[in-house]
Amino acid sequence: MDARVRLPLGLGEVAVWQALGLLAIVALFALYPVIDRNIGHVSAVADAGYFLLLVFGLNIVVGFAGLLDLGYAAFFAIGAYTYAMVASTQFNLHLNFWPMLIGSACVAALFGVILGFPTLRLRGDYLAIVTLGFGEIVPQVFLNLDKYTGGPNGISNVDQPVFFGHAFGFNPVPYYYLYLVVALISLVLLNNLRRSRLGRAWMAIREDELAATHMGVNPVTTKLLAFAMGASFAGLAGCIYAAKLTLISPDEFNFSVSVTILSAIVLGGMGSLLGAFIGGLLLALLNFMVLPQVTNWTHALGTALHNEAIQNADLHYIIYGLILVLVMLFRPEGLISNASRRAELHHGQPATSAAAAGVE
Amino acid sequence: MSAPLLAIEGLTKRFGGLTAVKELTMHVEAGSISSLIGPNGAGKSTVFNVITGIYVPTAGDIKLGGASIVGRKPHQVAAAGIMRTFQNIRLFAFMTVLENVMVGEQTRMHATPLDSALRTPRAQREERAVSERALELLDFVGLSAQSEQWARNLPYGMQRRLEIARALAPNPRVLLLDEPAAGANPVEKRELMALVRAIRDRGVTVVLIEHDMKLVMGISDRVTVLDYGEKISEGDPQSVRRDPRVIEAYLGKGA
Repeated sequence: MDARVRLPLGLGEVAVWQALGLLAIVALFALYPVIDRNIGHVSAVADAGYFLLLVFGLNIVVGFAGLLDLGYAAFFAIGAYTYAMVASTQFNLHLNFWPMLIGSACVAALFGVILGFPTLRLRGDYLAIVTLGFGEIVPQVFLNLDKYTGGPNGISNVDQPVFFGHAFGFNPVPYYYLYLVVALISLVLLNNLRRSRLGRAWMAIREDELAATHMGVNPVTTKLLAFAMGASFAGLAGCIYAAKLTLISPDEFNFSVSVTILSAIVLGGMGSLLGAFIGGLLLALLNFMVLPQVTNWTHALGTALHNEAIQNADLHYIIYGLILVLVMLFRPEGLISNASRRAELHHGQPATSAAAAGVE
Repeated sequence: MSAPLLAIEGLTKRFGGLTAVKELTMHVEAGSISSLIGPNGAGKSTVFNVITGIYVPTAGDIKLGGASIVGRKPHQVAAAGIMRTFQNIRLFAFMTVLENVMVGEQTRMHATPLDSALRTPRAQREERAVSERALELLDFVGLSAQSEQWARNLPYGMQRRLEIARALAPNPRVLLLDEPAAGANPVEKRELMALVRAIRDRGVTVVLIEHDMKLVMGISDRVTVLDYGEKISEGDPQSVRRDPRVIEAYLGKGA
């Protein structure tokens, strides 16, 4: 037996090599902007931060509580617009960034409850369709309320944060650290929640809602808390996103954003917090750093060959799609998963109790 | 005689034109083991589903300790002290055995989401107490060695016992067991009888739906027989066993 250490903050007990590995990963993240002086790279990794927060939030709804939400980008939009409207020249309000970070999260959470209420009785496919509709409606509302939201042009000149007199400006490094701190705090809080009264209630609802209610789980509050807490992460992400970009428009929050977040969760391993983290980070880096580079290469290749078709080819989404297909073919349970789910998906054993439907 | 702990008074449940339960009156004494028996489709599970709040009765009343629980939602019925198992086992498949039992303790817990997220000393203390109690219950049903396994990986007989442990978690006043011996072999049935008696000895009143007559007659203080939704007989096991209406319901009219 190798030696084990107890991690602080309720992260549990792990082997020494795991603790050291974790420390090395945190140190690598903390030092990344110092190691890589390429501002473009740091900005791309910082953008992975908002994506990661979105993945954490949706993981509560889909992974923990088992509520399939296909319109999650709507809450991201709500968070971004909340901050952009009160901290820009739009209404000349210029509220401070830091309280609005919480404010945006609260507004998004409120809309999470608003979406949650009418959908309490829905599950699976039906819930997916309603949330899909919600995800389509919200950007349309922002598009058409041009008096308040700037319509198709969106809102520009969004205020950038100032931290004790130090302006963030357009330098990605402070945003990088802001995302890092928020993401680490989120990870700890979510890990605590997962193994708590509420976390178990979420999972029980996911596994068998009827049995859960008979064991004393209040389905209404449990689901609404999942929607609200999930949405609040999107609100946080939206607020920082708007501040970093200083410009937002309705077309940045379309269906493909919701689907990308969902695929990160499936890629990482449904319901697993570590899986959500790794899946989110991998997809974000792939989309923000690696694949845009591929387009540059094909462009250069086409120029060298004087072939216009190759020059204009955008392989980004072809490769991205191919990776998702391959992962689902060879590792349908996701990158991080428990052994039993792996056995089920690879050998097709039916689930036992969760599959039994209806009450006599 | 003292007032019954669970009193079903004139309970009727109709689904459209079908009367699943008709004017059923059944009194369950505190600390007793009662059985609800009857041929398939007699309405036994419907009675459990009405008690636990899945269905609202068409007519009649259900009282727990003198207070009506009609109209309460399933989680409120659980909080009032009535827990149940299911005919077709309904565990939380991708949760551990221990977590399954801990879900059962929801109604006894007070930790708010904020307490849990921040792991306040209060939340930690409660979490420890709840997991200790869950382990004690697993020991009681003989599953302590399996506490960290996924519920779905347990063999059938153990899943039945886990469902019972989960239902016992909040220390309910009444435990409703829906065909706990279904699919059990004779050895498992004997163990189950001992377990049900031990549950009663913990101060939990037990009501069971069961098809196995040997088991029912062996442990019940009182037996109620349903046929086509109506009570056709009631009493101690010996008198019910000899009741001609019961024999007729089970075997058909004698030739």
